[in-house]
Formats: sequence, C-alpha cells, structure tokens
Amino acid sequence: MIRNGSLVSILYGSFGRLPSPINISYMWNFGSTIGLFLVSQILTGIFLTMHYVADVSMAFDSVVHIINEVNYGWVMRYMHMNGASFFLGFIYLHIGRGIYYKRYFSVNAWLVGVVLLALSMLTAFLGYVLPWGQMSFWGATVITNMVSAVPKYGTSIVFWLWGGFSVGAPTLTRFYTFHFLFPFLIAVFAVLHLYFIHGSGGSGNPLGPFSNSIKIPFWPYYGLKDILGFVIFYSIFLFVVFIYSDTFSDPDNYGKANPLVTPVHIKPEWYFLFAYAILRSIPNKLLGVISLVMSVLIFAFLPLSQQKFSLSIWHQFIFWFWVFDFMILTWLGGCPVKSMFNFMSQVFGLLYFFSFFFFSLL
Amino acid sequence: MTSTLCRNIGSKLLLVQHGRHLRKQQISHFSRAKKIALGTSAFVAGAGAFTALALHYSVHASEDELHTPSYPFKHKGTFTTLDTASVRRGFQVYQQVCAACHSLNYLAFRSLVGYTHTEEEAKAIAAEAQIEDGPNEKGKMFMRPGKLSDYMPKPYKNDEEARAANNGALPPDLSYIVIARHGNEDYIFSVLTGYYDPPAGVSIADGQYFNAYFPGQAISMAQALYNEIIEYEDGTPATQSQLAKDVATFLRWTSEPHHDEKKLYGFRLVLFAAMLVPLCWYLKKRTFSHIKSKKLAFKA
Repeated sequence: MIRNGSLVSILYGSFGRLPSPINISYMWNFGSTIGLFLVSQILTGIFLTMHYVADVSMAFDSVVHIINEVNYGWVMRYMHMNGASFFLGFIYLHIGRGIYYKRYFSVNAWLVGVVLLALSMLTAFLGYVLPWGQMSFWGATVITNMVSAVPKYGTSIVFWLWGGFSVGAPTLTRFYTFHFLFPFLIAVFAVLHLYFIHGSGGSGNPLGPFSNSIKIPFWPYYGLKDILGFVIFYSIFLFVVFIYSDTFSDPDNYGKANPLVTPVHIKPEWYFLFAYAILRSIPNKLLGVISLVMSVLIFAFLPLSQQKFSLSIWHQFIFWFWVFDFMILTWLGGCPVKSMFNFMSQVFGLLYFFSFFFFSLL
Repeated sequence: MTSTLCRNIGSKLLLVQHGRHLRKQQISHFSRAKKIALGTSAFVAGAGAFTALALHYSVHASEDELHTPSYPFKHKGTFTTLDTASVRRGFQVYQQVCAACHSLNYLAFRSLVGYTHTEEEAKAIAAEAQIEDGPNEKGKMFMRPGKLSDYMPKPYKNDEEARAANNGALPPDLSYIVIARHGNEDYIFSVLTGYYDPPAGVSIADGQYFNAYFPGQAISMAQALYNEIIEYEDGTPATQSQLAKDVATFLRWTSEPHHDEKKLYGFRLVLFAAMLVPLCWYLKKRTFSHIKSKKLAFKA
C-alpha cells in the first residue's frame, strides 16, 4: 500500500514499524521530549519575530509591547523564555542517561549529539541577548570578550564579531539573524541524530548489549509512551509558564540595557553556570576559555573509552559523583566572586574533568 | 555431618585462609576498581565537607546585606489573584506620592479601565494630566489634557534633569520594579518601611538616608511614606505599612499586568492535565499490558 522509498514509507519506518527494544524505560523519553520542545521553541519564536524589533533603541520596548499589548503575546514570550530552560534541561537529562547507559559507543549518533548540544547552547546564548536587558547586554559583553583570549588576533576577532568597538546595534542584529537561523540547523542535525540511531540498530536498552532477538514496533508502544511523556512534561512546563514564569529569569534583565552601568553580579542563565564556574575559577584567560570550551567538547571524547558494556557499580558511582559535581558547579557559577567559592570552583572543575577520565576506564 | 556441610557451602570453610583474608584488607592488595572507588569516595567526602564549609561562609558573606523577609501578600499563592482594591489604593499612592519623582513609562491610562477603575474614572484621571502633542498645523508642539491612549506622564523630561533634581541620583522607572529587584514586592515593602537612624559608627553623606534593606544601606530617596500622608478614597486607614503594602501590590500589577489571567490559565491547565495524564497513562498501560504480562525463558 505504501510505496517503498516514499516519504511516508520513510516516516512510517522511523516512527511506525521501527523495531525497538522491549525493555527501554522512561529514561528513553527525554529524546522525544527535546524534539517536542524544539518544535515548541520554533513555533513560539516565529510568533515573537512578528513583533520583535532588533534595534538597540527598540528591542526592550518591543518585548514589553509583546507582553503587554499583543494578543496572547505574554503566553508566547513566557513559553519561549522558559522553553529554553526546559529544552536545555532535557538535553542534560538525555546526556546523563546516555552516559549512565554508555550510549557513547554509538559513535556517530553521539558525536552528532555533541554538535547538537553546542548548537543549542549557542542558540540559547544568542537568544538571551535579544530582549536587550541589562543581563542580555552584559552577558553578551562577557561571553564575546572571551574570544579576545585568542593569541595575537583575539581583539580583532572580537571587534569583527561585535561589528564595532563594543556590543551594539550591529551585534544585536547579527545575533538575531543567527538566533533565527540556528534552530533550523538544530532540526537538521536532530534528523541526522535519528538517522544514525536508527541506522545502528535503533535505541539502546538499559541492559546494555545490543540484541535483535526481542523487539516490538515503535507504534503503538513507544509512540504512546512518548505521548504520555509529552503530556506530563509539557504540563509541568506550562505550569511554570503560567504560575512561576520568572523562576529562571534574572531580575536585572527587566531593566533596559545600559552600557554605563554594570550589574553587581553578572551571571548567565542556569544552564551555563557549570561552565561559567569553571571559566571564572581559572586566573589565566586563555586557559579559562579553553577549559570552558572543553567542559562541553569533552563529551566528544567519551567514545574513546574502553568498550565495556557492563554497567559496573564503579561506573554508576562515578556517574552519580559527576552529577553531584555538575550540580555543585552550577551552584558555584551563581555565587558571588569570593575566594572560597573560587577555590571550590577550581576543585570541582578539576573533578569534573577527572570524572571523564574515570568514565573512560570503567 | 561434615560432608553435608561441605556439599552445601563448598570446601572454602575448611581451608586455612587466614593470610589471604589479611592480605585482602591491605590497600596495596586491592583490585584497581576498588582503589578507584576508595579514592573517589574520599573525593566525595571531601567535596561534601567543602560544600558545608562554603555554605557556612556564604552566611558570613551576606552579613553586609540584609535580606528581605517574606511578607504574606495574598497574591503570592499558587492560584490567588491580586487584591484589586489594594491595586487601586496603590495607584492612588503612586499618583500622590511616588509620581513626583518616579516615571511609569510602560503603563497607559487605558490599562486601568476594567481592572481598577471604570472608563469614566480613568478618563477623568487621564484628563488631569497635561500631555505634549503635535506638531500642529503651524508646526508647533502643544499641551493638551491626557486621553486614555496616553501613557503616564513623566516627572522629568530626561534622565539628566532627573539626576539634577535628585542630588545626582536617578529615580528608577517603576513599571517593572517589582520583578526587576531580588525579593520582588517584599523588597519594595521593606525599602519603603526600612528607614532608621544610622547605627553608631555608620556615617551617612548629605542627601542620603540610612535604609536597612537598600544595598549599601545609603539611599538617596528620603522616607516617602508616613502614617496618614494621604487619605484613601475608600476610607482604609492610611498607615505607613498599609501604604507600602498597597503600592507594592500596585507595582506587582504594573510589572505583570497579566498576573490574574496567567494564574487562571494555570488553574485550567491543572484541571486539564488532571484528566489528560491519567487517560494517556491508562492507554499506555493497556497497550503494554500483554507485553508486561509475558514471561520469557531462554534455554541453552
């Protein structure tokens, strides 16, 4: 009935008859949930672009206009703002599940996943600049200034990125362009991610070894399970949007960007805090920037680990230690710059990288 | 009996293994994995100790800044709305006290209609303001009475004028002040009621005042709210704390004009999810039931 090779056939093969392991748990729901949030972010983003003005004198006011005057603009704005946190949050859970069950041996899918993580973080950062609040402006200033650590050409590259001698009008417009463009790139890489997962025999399973012996079709089993996940996670998300809409936002970002007044505590959104803590703890600028980049790129080295599929107690132990370390770093990233917090960031930053060394052994 | 014991638990019990047991307890004879686990446990323990220490230090770090207490504003509840009467009184406080120095750039007179005031009342309030309009057919700007579509008039023409009139300090715009400050309405209430004489040893410069809750404790705004400084049109006793509470509630509304609508949608969402989640859960459970009740056995 369905012609072989047609788009319908490919879709049905990917989400219908796809043979899936019989024993995968709710931990396998995060991937599809990220997909849901990607679609949600793109849709709400499209509605926001209809009213947003990417100009330094009007950006902040246009966001206020969206919230106060546009019909259901506040819903779109708060969904988009909190959606970024949920999107990145579910990506972290997804990565955590991947490390716990050693999914990094599906090398292609894993590496595309690392690219997706980097792209998502970049897109989130670009988006955070757009409302042109105090934290948007100063966040952009701090993060773009990191590039100046590049020897010899650093300062020139930073000026080139800014389109001037400070974060300003050209910076905002180009950030807006890339913030609009990157989600579609993320969608392409997401399809590639699925392609590699399905190409290497489909989802893994909590027991580890790959097996074709007992599989069930994706639909209705995991299709319905994913829908259940969508309903639960999206309800929690909308609850935050409607009741606790400012949970993840910084009060400083409700003030218009002012290049002459630096906020007392400049800190990024919660999902960057672990990397920010590592960056801040290293006195040498270049080393700090390299460590920050490596804190994300280090995931790409996990496929080089010893190929052991068994989940030993030691692996689990290191995993939970790493989760603990990640949380402590996140907390430290939001703390004021005091010598004790700085010292702790150095210790936990080092342990963060050590955890990966142990992952590779166990 | 011995033979029965041996059959059941193997021959290990009867062998002399004293030395082996001792060796097992020495770290140098631990397996590699055990050594790693031991080392990591030490790290975790150390990390826990550091955390405890850091939390202890953070208490000291915040000594120079007084955190605002949490006040029982009714709208803080999950599904509770703003007290509209309090918002209306708060607007009166803003108009008669705060508006002398602070702007409210993002609030139009029309926003009051249907929430705190009737259309006629809002029109009358707007008409009291003089708004610059133009240019007219002669190319001149002119002043006219305010209309519903106008935004609240600014007390100063620009920031420079505002600074010049306030000893160099810029009175912030109040539209988003509640969500633009840590502590939200609690902070606003605390600052408005937190004026004290400076403690011994603390000197305050001319044109500044000691406020326990303002970061740095030296604030350029003089105490603005006193008992009975205005007379409420609804007869509520205008004590200092009542005035501060009302204006804080009003400023929560200006920061979040959709506050009540948001919570209504949140409530509807809970009802909707309470029906949809069990339905989806049941559907999934029912679909999986024949797989979950299957027993598999592998025989070599």
